Amino acid sequence: MLTESQVRIFCDMKKDKLPNTAESKILKAEESTLIRDAVQEDLIEIIKLDAQNTGIEKDDYWQAAFDRFGNGESGFFLVAETEHHVCGYILGEVRAWEFGSPPCGWVFALGVHNDVREMGVGSKLFDSICLHFKETGIEKVRTMLARSDHLNMSFFRSQGMRGGPFIQLEKNVAD
Amino acid sequence: MKLNKATRFALFSILELASKPERHLSATEIANKYDISSHHLVKVLHSLVRARLVGSVRGAGGGYRFIGNTKRITLLDIVEIFEDIRQPPAEHEVADETEIGQALSQIMLEIDEITIATLNSISIETFLKTMHYYQQELPQTTS
Repeated sequence: MLTESQVRIFCDMKKDKLPNTAESKILKAEESTLIRDAVQEDLIEIIKLDAQNTGIEKDDYWQAAFDRFGNGESGFFLVAETEHHVCGYILGEVRAWEFGSPPCGWVFALGVHNDVREMGVGSKLFDSICLHFKETGIEKVRTMLARSDHLNMSFFRSQGMRGGPFIQLEKNVAD
Repeated sequence: MKLNKATRFALFSILELASKPERHLSATEIANKYDISSHHLVKVLHSLVRARLVGSVRGAGGGYRFIGNTKRITLLDIVEIFEDIRQPPAEHEVADETEIGQALSQIMLEIDEITIATLNSISIETFLKTMHYYQQELPQTTS
């Protein structure tokens, strides 16, 4: 029987033998990506990654999000780590009875580094948070996106998400 | 939203062909499967060939096959070959300039924007991968 370190060496050797094609890069990225709970030390990289994707640096928001969801009690704050760096994150919580909605999982932030796009990192993060939701007895997961956010909309669609029975409304309350 | 006949024929053809990209199908085979006019379908397939989404091979064993990129081509890309769903209706009536007319136009615009965003977010690959979800019962509305 192989020890854990022997298995790791064997897997690394196997990966090295793969030709340097797009498929093998995806396979390597998928194999080497670890999904885990976020820790305080991840926030610097998360803030940088979010700023890279959205153009806005939101230190206070992310600190508050970590304070609220980082303990795993109020929600789930997961990161994808590859080569000791954060390459993605996902944030979600369970919401209940908003306008009659039975408890459901709610994903409200997702980000993946440009360098690992289309390598399965987002799918791994989404699958992981869905698993957490499922463990709490949740049967549905929801999210809300800008209509113009083609990247994330396409991603969530590719994960099997579709238009649900709720609709988002808004009104301008400023004079 | 009601798509025109050519658009619907194109969507059926592309999705059928892309489900097995290595396979060639004749216009008659596609037409028979979806119970549509093969005469009309041939014209639609010619448009898809011109758009470089479908390739055609003549002779025995030939037919049409999907040659596009399933990850990149969206339902909107196919729809827009046959109709312009982004443009407001060409006929402009005086009533459209009234307060009620303008508000109605905004509501129609809201619906159109959702339609476009939805069609644009579904690639051929996503459609084929997730279409089984749509065979389930539609979600119930809440009060």
